Amino acid sequence: MLDFVQQLVSGVALGCVYGLIALGFVLVYKATEVVNFAQGDLMMLGGFFAFTFIGMMGLNYWIGFAGAVAAMALFGMLAERVVVRPILGYPQFSIIMVTIGLGYFLRSVAGMIWGTDDLKIETPFSQGVLRVGSLVLAYDKLSVIAATMILCTLLWLFFNKTTLGTAMRASSENMLAAYYMGIPVKRVVSVVWAISAAVATCAGVLLAPITFIHSNVGLVLGLKAFPAAVLGGFGSIPGAVVGGVLIGVIESMAGFYLPEGWKDVAPYIVLLTVLLLKPEGLFGLHVRKKV
Amino acid sequence: MRFLFKTDYEDDIKLFPHSGYVVTYGVLLALLLIAPYVLSSYLMSQLVFVCIYATVGVALLILTGFTGQASLGHAAFLAIGAYTAAYLQKYNVPFPVYFLAAGLLTGIIGAMVGFPALRLTGIYLVIATISFALIVEEILARWESVTHGNEGMRVKTLSLLGVAVPRDSPTFYYLCLAVLVLTIVGTLNLLRSPTGRAFVAIRDSETAARSMGVNVALYKVKSFAISAAITGFAGVLFAHKLSFISPEMFTLQLSIEFIIVILIGGTFSLHGAVLGAIFIVMIDPFLTYLKDDMPGIIAGVAAAFGAGTATAGNIEAKVAAFASLNGLKGAIYGIIIVLFVLFEPLGLYGRWLKIKLFFQLFPLYKRATFKRQKIYVKSERNR
Repeated sequence: MLDFVQQLVSGVALGCVYGLIALGFVLVYKATEVVNFAQGDLMMLGGFFAFTFIGMMGLNYWIGFAGAVAAMALFGMLAERVVVRPILGYPQFSIIMVTIGLGYFLRSVAGMIWGTDDLKIETPFSQGVLRVGSLVLAYDKLSVIAATMILCTLLWLFFNKTTLGTAMRASSENMLAAYYMGIPVKRVVSVVWAISAAVATCAGVLLAPITFIHSNVGLVLGLKAFPAAVLGGFGSIPGAVVGGVLIGVIESMAGFYLPEGWKDVAPYIVLLTVLLLKPEGLFGLHVRKKV
Repeated sequence: MRFLFKTDYEDDIKLFPHSGYVVTYGVLLALLLIAPYVLSSYLMSQLVFVCIYATVGVALLILTGFTGQASLGHAAFLAIGAYTAAYLQKYNVPFPVYFLAAGLLTGIIGAMVGFPALRLTGIYLVIATISFALIVEEILARWESVTHGNEGMRVKTLSLLGVAVPRDSPTFYYLCLAVLVLTIVGTLNLLRSPTGRAFVAIRDSETAARSMGVNVALYKVKSFAISAAITGFAGVLFAHKLSFISPEMFTLQLSIEFIIVILIGGTFSLHGAVLGAIFIVMIDPFLTYLKDDMPGIIAGVAAAFGAGTATAGNIEAKVAAFASLNGLKGAIYGIIIVLFVLFEPLGLYGRWLKIKLFFQLFPLYKRATFKRQKIYVKSERNR
C-alpha cells in the first residue's frame, strides 16, 4: 500500500509536468489550430535559460525563474512571428512540419550553446522531504504538483473571466469572424504563443531537479505530452492537466508493477485505445461536420 | 510550346502524354543503367540509398500526398520489412519468398493500423502513427527471441537464384532500381485507376467523396495497406544494404526523414519522391564537403578582398571551428524544413514546374499561378 501511494505521488508529479507541456499544446491549438511539435523543445530551452540565469550568473532562484519565463515569453512571440504567422491558414500538415523543423533547430542550437551534458539547477526544493506517517514525499515532486495547480487555476481564470481570454476563445472558434468583431487576431495569437512558451518554461524549471536538463529532454517529454493532450481532448485546459496526470500515473504504475519495457509503451497503448474508442478525448467536444 | 489536344478519356490518362516523355525517361533510364560503369563506388552506394528512399517516398506519397492521410510512422513499416527479411533469412528461405512475405506482412499490419485511423483526421492521425511507431520500436528492442533486441541482427548477403549478390555490387543496384521503377510504374497505374481517383477524392473532401459513393473506409485502409507494403519491400532492400539492423535505426527521426523526402520533393507528384530522396541522401556528403572545404574558400575570399595573411588564417580557423560544432547538421536540417515549408511549399518539383512554365510563357509568366490559398474560416476541429 505504501509503495502504491509512493508510486502514485511520483506518478502525479511526473504527470503534472506532462500536463504543463500538454497545456502549452492545448493553448496554441485552441487559439490557432496549430499543433506545436516544438513545445517540448521550448520547455528545454526554458530550462536552459533558467540554468543560465541561476547556475551561471548566480541569480536568486525566483528572480532567475521569472527572468527565464519572461525571456521565453518573448522568444515564443518571436517564433510565432517568424515561422508560424506566415503559414497560418495553410493545411495543418505544413504547420506540423514547420514546428518539427523549429524543434530540430532549437535542439541543435541548444546543444551547440550549452553542450550535451546533463545540467542541474539548484532549487530551494532540491533537498528535503515531507514525512507523513511512514510516507516520504520529496519536496521537488510536491512543488511540481503545487505549481501545476496554481498555473492551471490562473489560466482557467484568465481564459474564462478576462476580456483578453474571451477574445482568445473567440479567435480560436473562428479567426475571420473574430477579426470582423474587432479583435486584433494577430496580437492575440502572439500573446497565446508567449503564454504557452512561458508555461513550457515553468515546466522546464520545475522538472530540472527531477530529471536533468539536456538538449533532448524536450523531445522525450514532448512525445509523452501528446498522449496527455489527446486523452484530455485536445481543446480543453483542465483536460490537458487531467490527461497529463493520468498518463504520469499510468507510466509510473506500469514501471512498478509490469515487466520492464511496459513503462515506455504504456502511455502510447493508452493513447491508441482512447483514439479508438473515444477520439474526442475525455473532455473534448464532439462536433459534427457541416458541409 | 506544345499543345496537347485530348479527344477522349484515354488521352487524358496516358502514362506518357506525348513522345517527349518517352525520349526523356528513356535517356534517364539508359543513364541509370550505365551508372555503375561510370560512377565511383561511393556514389553508387549513395545511389542505392536514393532508390530505397525514393521507394519509401512513393509509398508515403500514396498515403500522404494522394489520400491525404499524414503518417509519421513509416520507419516502423520499414523496420517490419527489414526484420521479416532478416528473420526468414535465418531459416534459409529464398530471397523472392521472403521479399514477398515482408511486403505481405507489412501490408497486413498497415491495414491494421489503417482501421483505427478511419476515425482520425489531421493531428490525431499524426499522433496515432507516431505512437504506433514508438510501440513497434519498443517491441523490436524487447522481443529478443526474434529480433535479438538491442544487439541487432546481422543480415547475410543476398542470394538470388543461387547467385550471391553483395550489397555493393552493380547487380544489387539494378535490383533496387528495378524495385523503384516497378513501384513508380505500378503507382502511376494505380493512380489512374478508379482506386487512385477515389484516393484523390478522399484527400480533397471526404464528405464529397462519400456523397459520390466512394467507400471512404475501404479506400483509406487500402491506401494504408499499399503504402505499408511498398515500404516493407524497401525495408528488405534497406536491411540488405546495411547488412546489420537494430532497433535504434528505425526511430522517429527516420520517419521524419521520410516526410522530409516528400515535403522537399513536392507532395503532388511522384517526381517529388525521387527528387526528395536525392536531396536527403546527398545532403550529408554535401555538408561534409562544405565542412572540409568551406573554411579554406572563405579565407581565400577574405584574402582576395585585401585581408592580411594572419587575418585570413584567423578567419579560416574560426570558420573551421564553427563548422565542426556538434549538432550543426541538425540545425541546418531544421532550417531547411522551415524554409521549404515557408517559401517553397510545392517542393523541388514545384520549382522545376515554375521554371519550365516561366520559359514556356515568357514573358507572360505570373507568380500568382502557383499561389497557395489561405483558409482562415474553416476550423479543422469542426470537420
